[in-house]
This record gives sequence, structure tokens and C-alpha cells, in this order.
Amino acid sequence: MRFKSLVPALYILFLMLPIYWLVAMSFKTTNEILAGFSLFPQTWTFDNYIEILTDPTWYWGYINSIIYVTMNTVISVLVALPAAYAFSRYSFVGDKHLFFWLLTNRMAPAAVFALPFFQLYSAVGLFDTHIAVALAHCLFNIPLAVWILEGFMSGVPKELDETAYVDGYSFPRFFATIFLPAIKSGVGVAAFFCFMFSWVEMLLSKTLTAVEAKPIAAVMTRTASSAGYELGLLAAAGTLTIIPGAIVIYFVRNYIAKGFALGRV
Amino acid sequence: MKTQNQRAWLFVTPVLLLVAFNALIPMMTVVNYSVQETFGDNLFFWQGLDWFAQVLKSERFHNALGRQFLFTFLILIIEVPLGIAIALAMPRKGPWVPFCLVTMALPMLIPWNVVGAMWNIFTLPDIGLLGYFMNHTLGLSYDMTQDPVAAWVTIIVMDVWHWTSLVVLLAYAGLVSIPNAYYQAAEIDGASNWAVFRFIQLPKMKTVLTIAILLRFMDSFNIYTEPFVLTGGGPGNSTTLLSIDLVKIALGQFDLGPAAAMSLIYFAITLLASWLFYTLMTMNDNKS
Repeated sequence: MRFKSLVPALYILFLMLPIYWLVAMSFKTTNEILAGFSLFPQTWTFDNYIEILTDPTWYWGYINSIIYVTMNTVISVLVALPAAYAFSRYSFVGDKHLFFWLLTNRMAPAAVFALPFFQLYSAVGLFDTHIAVALAHCLFNIPLAVWILEGFMSGVPKELDETAYVDGYSFPRFFATIFLPAIKSGVGVAAFFCFMFSWVEMLLSKTLTAVEAKPIAAVMTRTASSAGYELGLLAAAGTLTIIPGAIVIYFVRNYIAKGFALGRV
Repeated sequence: MKTQNQRAWLFVTPVLLLVAFNALIPMMTVVNYSVQETFGDNLFFWQGLDWFAQVLKSERFHNALGRQFLFTFLILIIEVPLGIAIALAMPRKGPWVPFCLVTMALPMLIPWNVVGAMWNIFTLPDIGLLGYFMNHTLGLSYDMTQDPVAAWVTIIVMDVWHWTSLVVLLAYAGLVSIPNAYYQAAEIDGASNWAVFRFIQLPKMKTVLTIAILLRFMDSFNIYTEPFVLTGGGPGNSTTLLSIDLVKIALGQFDLGPAAAMSLIYFAITLLASWLFYTLMTMNDNKS
């Protein structure tokens, strides 16, 4: 038993080491970093964080990212709900093909789409807007949301629907007041995954923005190349990108394992 | 039994429109480029299948494809068994479960360019934790900007760090769904640990492991940001994986025709391999 719990402990230690190093670096002064190796910051400094939190080009990067991630999560879950209901409850012409086609979009390499996306969103006048990134991320988030929600919905017995209709519920009222509460953990899990993949994706969000909707990733790369290599500043910016994810995980911690199984275990 | 209902199409229309807008129009753009030549000024000339022939014959493409397959193969044979082993060793209930789940999921929620930057800082030869440990404590010479082997080991370890948790969480979800009665029955029969794993735990994890292997295959085959930020494809071309090479050709050299042809071949390989994996792993289900 003792030996057994050593395995996850060592694994978690391995996961935490690079994160620790990033956080430690963010509290060091540039001089200390360049002077040589030190396991802990010798002179603690908050300058890196102060610089990020007081400079609009820096903190707008975070705000922009959060805006398009939120938009994407809301759009993906809203349109995926009726579709997942259709897939879990009805059979219709072409349903299996449609489902598979949706999933193939999850397999498309983002690198393939970078240039055509740039041209498409420029052509419709949406280049450098939050909604462009939010819509682009729908490509892989909608199929995922449909897949997850369909799994959870199939776990709800059909009798629930039928009883509601017998009781005289209209479809929208049934869906909003009975069905949605029954799958609320599924909605939470789907939203979590949409948030996660939109938050971490960088190639498309960088390609589709220039100034107004520039995500934090783009700000980081431009800083790395323009202001020399300011490791402390870069580390602080990186540390701050971990926080939203950590908060979201904390809220869904009890659903995570289930969500990964997509309700199909 | 599901109800036959063609009005269900109304329900899927919003999804269909949004995904089609994002998938079909860009895909047609790619197809367009792949069969034409341009010298700028929006003048295009019909090129037929020449670009496809050129890409399929080019040594550069073969090398990138070879590196990509090697990378994905190593990722799958390391992460899948490791993920299962960790899931088996995890506590099933108690206060440590949420702690394990949250800390293990954390790397997956870090933006991909930050993952690359973080590993860059971690491995710097003289001031990174790992770099310092390897060079000054163990006395090895480790510098991934100079040594292709070190660069490969680093991108593999980085991906293991980043994504093994996906396999762990999926396998764990499968394990906790096994009723206790199964284990009690096995104990009465005097089954060995191996027998319990082989005949109870593995079959119960099959569905989630199928999902895990498929997701890990797709994502490692399409990987771009993390190795690009960490190594930039170097030293030389030693870690130039398919996506990195594609972006170099498309956005770096602006060779739209060859890039488009390569995109379509790339996508076709991903689709075909995913389909193969899926068919092989679900073959036994359909028989029984």
C-alpha cells in the first residue's frame, strides 16, 4: 500500500517541477536570473507582476483571451444542446454520417486551417475581432460539446421525456425546466472542455488577431522578441495564464473524471 | 429504440451551419490552392495534380512525415501504459482524490505556447532547474539547442508531462465505475493481481481507453505550438514535425500550392489513421 501511493506522488512531483520553476523565476530579478542558478529567489521581487498589471498592452491580452473564450464556450454549448438532443433521441436520414463528419473536424490539424481562416475572416470583415476567434474555435469545440452532451443525454431514460409530454409540457418548457436540470453536470463538463480547448489554443487565435483582440500568447511572443529576453517578465506572464485554468478546474473537480469518460463508461 | 423524426434536422441546423462555415469554406480554399499556381496579383493558373506529385515525391515531406510518425509512436507507447499504471495506483476514495485530480489536470489547462516557454526556462543549460541538474550535478552535457538527441528527449518528456494526465483521468474514470462485487468475486476465486487487471479492469477500461488513444493520436499527430516554441524545429531540422514544416511552407515561404497539397495529404493521413484505430479497437465489440 505504501509503495502504491508512491507512484501518483512521484508523478505529481514531476508535474509540479516545471511549474515551480516558472513561478520561482517570476519572483526573481533579471540580474539574479542572469547571474546564475539559484533554487529559490534570493531577493523576492514583485516588479514583473506590477509591470504586467499596470501596462494596458499586457493586461488587455488577458482580457481579450477571456472575452473570446467566454463567447466561444457560450456559443458552443448553446448550439450543441439541441443537436445533442437530436442525436441522442431521434434517428433521422444521415444522422450517423453527420455525427462522424462533425468528429472529423476535431481531427483537422490547426496548421492546415491557419491561412484559409485568415482569408475567410478578413473577407467577411471580422479579422481582429473577438467573435472571429470565438467562431473559429467552434470548429473543434462544437463537435466535442455535441459528443459529450450526447453521452450524458443518452444516460437519461426516455421515459422522462414521455412522461413530461403526457403531463402536457410543451417541448421548450420541458427542455428548460426538466431536461436541462437532469443533465446539468453534463453541461458543466461540456463548458469546461470548451473553455479548456479555447483557452489553450494559440495558433488560430494568433493568426486571426492583430491589435484589438490580441490574445495574451501574442503579447508574450512579441515581448520575448522585442525587449530582449526578459525571462522574469515572461515567467510572470506565464504564471498568470495558469490561474484561470486552475480556478475552473477547482470548480469542476468532482466532474472531471466523469467528463473525460463522456458519460459513457 | 430511437424515434424516426426528420424534424431533428432543425435541431442540428445551427451546429451544421457554424461548423460548415468554418470547415467547408476554408477546406475549399485549400483545395483551390492545391490545384493552381499563382505569381501574385490574384492571377491563378491551373496546375492539376502536380503539387500533390511534388509533395509526395519530396524528401523533405518524407522526413517530416517520418519524424511525425516516430513522435506519435513514442508518445503512444509511453503515455498509454504509464497513464494506466498511475490510474491503477491512485486512491479510489478519500481526501486525496480531488487533490490528485486537480493537480494532474493542471498541465492540460496551460496555454500551449506557455507550456513551450515553461519548458524552455526549465531546460536552459545554466539557469534552468533541469538544465542545471543535468549539466552541473550529474555532469552530463545537455543542451537541446545543440544536440538533436537532447531536443528529442525534451519534446517527448514535455508531451508526457503535458498529456499523460488525459490517459490517467480517462482510465481512472473507467476504474471507479467497476462495482466492488467484481473485486470480491475475484478475491474468493484467489485471482492474482495480473488476472484482476487482465480480466476485470482492462475490459472495463476499454471504452475510455479507446477514446484516450484516439485523442492522443489525433492531438500528437497535429501538434504544433509546444515543440515550435521549445525548439523551433531545430537543431537543424531534427524536430521539424509535420505541422511545423507545413506552417514554414505556408506562412514562411508563402508557397501556397505545395502547402495546400501537403495540407490535404496530411489531413487525409490523420483521418485514415483515426479510422483505422477506431475500427481495430471496436472490432471485437461488433462481433459479440
